[in-house]
Amino acid sequence: MKEIEEKHAFLMRWTHWVNFPVLAVMIWSGMFIYWANDAYGISIFGVTYIKFFPEWFYNYFHIPQRLAEGMAYHFLFMWFFFLNGLLYIIYTIFSGAWRELMPQKNSFKEAWLVLLHDLHIRKTIPPHKKYNAAQRIAYSAIILMGLGSVITGLAIYKPVQFYWLCWLCGGYHFARIIHFALTIGYVFFFLIHILQVALAGWNNFRSVVSGFEVIGNTEKDKDEKLTAHGTAEKKES
Amino acid sequence: MEQQKKRKVKAPLSIEQKIKRRNFISFGVFFALGGSAIAGWKWLLHAPEETPGITGGAKAPLRRALNKTELFFRNFFSNNHLVKTYPKERAAKTVRVNSLIGIEDDGDFDIGKWKLEVKINSRESLKIGIEDIKALPKTEIVFDFKCVEGWDQIQHWAGVKLSDFLSHYKLDALAQKNYMGLETPNGEYYVGLERDSVLHPQTILAYQMNGKPISKEHGAPLRLIIPVKYGIKNLKRIGTMSFSDTRPRDYWAEQGYDYYSGL
Repeated sequence: MKEIEEKHAFLMRWTHWVNFPVLAVMIWSGMFIYWANDAYGISIFGVTYIKFFPEWFYNYFHIPQRLAEGMAYHFLFMWFFFLNGLLYIIYTIFSGAWRELMPQKNSFKEAWLVLLHDLHIRKTIPPHKKYNAAQRIAYSAIILMGLGSVITGLAIYKPVQFYWLCWLCGGYHFARIIHFALTIGYVFFFLIHILQVALAGWNNFRSVVSGFEVIGNTEKDKDEKLTAHGTAEKKES
Repeated sequence: MEQQKKRKVKAPLSIEQKIKRRNFISFGVFFALGGSAIAGWKWLLHAPEETPGITGGAKAPLRRALNKTELFFRNFFSNNHLVKTYPKERAAKTVRVNSLIGIEDDGDFDIGKWKLEVKINSRESLKIGIEDIKALPKTEIVFDFKCVEGWDQIQHWAGVKLSDFLSHYKLDALAQKNYMGLETPNGEYYVGLERDSVLHPQTILAYQMNGKPISKEHGAPLRLIIPVKYGIKNLKRIGTMSFSDTRPRDYWAEQGYDYYSGL
């Protein structure tokens, strides 16, 4: 029998889809800010020096000379990023949805099995509820990352008024490095997330828009459904 | 009555119908909201620039947001929040020169004739020589100078605390106005500062850098060091000082930057 199974609550879906464009704008405007002093690079034994972003990258995305504009966008959309994230966290705590989200004792062990399964090395995946062990870790981590971006962002934005936050982040320089590294983290998360969603298929994707998944869609089920449909029609007439 | 009741009784939807209906509603809402988000973004991207005035160069809605955000974060400002200081040994020997606006284009400037002009009102002004300023109690600070571009450097400056200067010249009443405006002698560079930051105990009128008189490119003979602001507000070579209740003109705020630029 085909059945509708509720999966994602309205607030979870809403905050997810609001976050996507808002975070995109934050990364885009953040690039304008980073460009003004692109200090990060990789030096190996003090010899090779690679800049984090090559010149063509900046030019391709029209990033140079837009610091003021970048700050103006960044300091507007930070509000949406923060409020949307806060709404999600409050909802997750009070609805009890955190029970299905937070990693459990065995999640870290099981996450490896999920990884092996996803890499087609292992055939089965440990039994799980809404999220598997790897998802629990990833989706909890991304929330912590968001919180980290807000905290390090504030530490960089007002290092004098929020001196204690700046101290907590290991100082102005380290706060900037974390803020930057988290952004790179979002980009990697996004790439893997998109790949996983594509592999998981339509039913899974739809559940983040409409909230439900359809289960039990076998041949036998189809027959049963037809009979059920027939009776429904009869009633109508 | 009977007929009405009958009409209201609807057959329960089949699973297939339920799925279709919910898909239709949720994807409809999804695309409608997505479309309006795109429309909203396009509106913002193509929003007209603000009317140039005290501030300029930013899109009007973004400028409104900057000003609102300033008001929110000013709630957290306190003169008890001090900028972190460092031992003198940590200060940079070669101090970065980032910009010479208001200095390099002033060929007529004669440091020997320089006097700080404090505008009392539209007619009167005080003219104060550098020796008089040096005679006031000296305050030193070694702090991390932060540029809006993102770089920072530990620097060692000395001069008179701005609040000491204001009370010595009996300018306290004037300094109660909302803003102070500072300009270079040729008026090419200018900043506006709100009262709280002006009276912050680490804000100084500096005449020394690394224990020596300030060099020309760092703003000789007298410059502002205001650690609670980005470098853009740390005006070099002060020519005039004025007070007002409305925002004085500000060089970078006219070019799209946040007027407040506070740390």
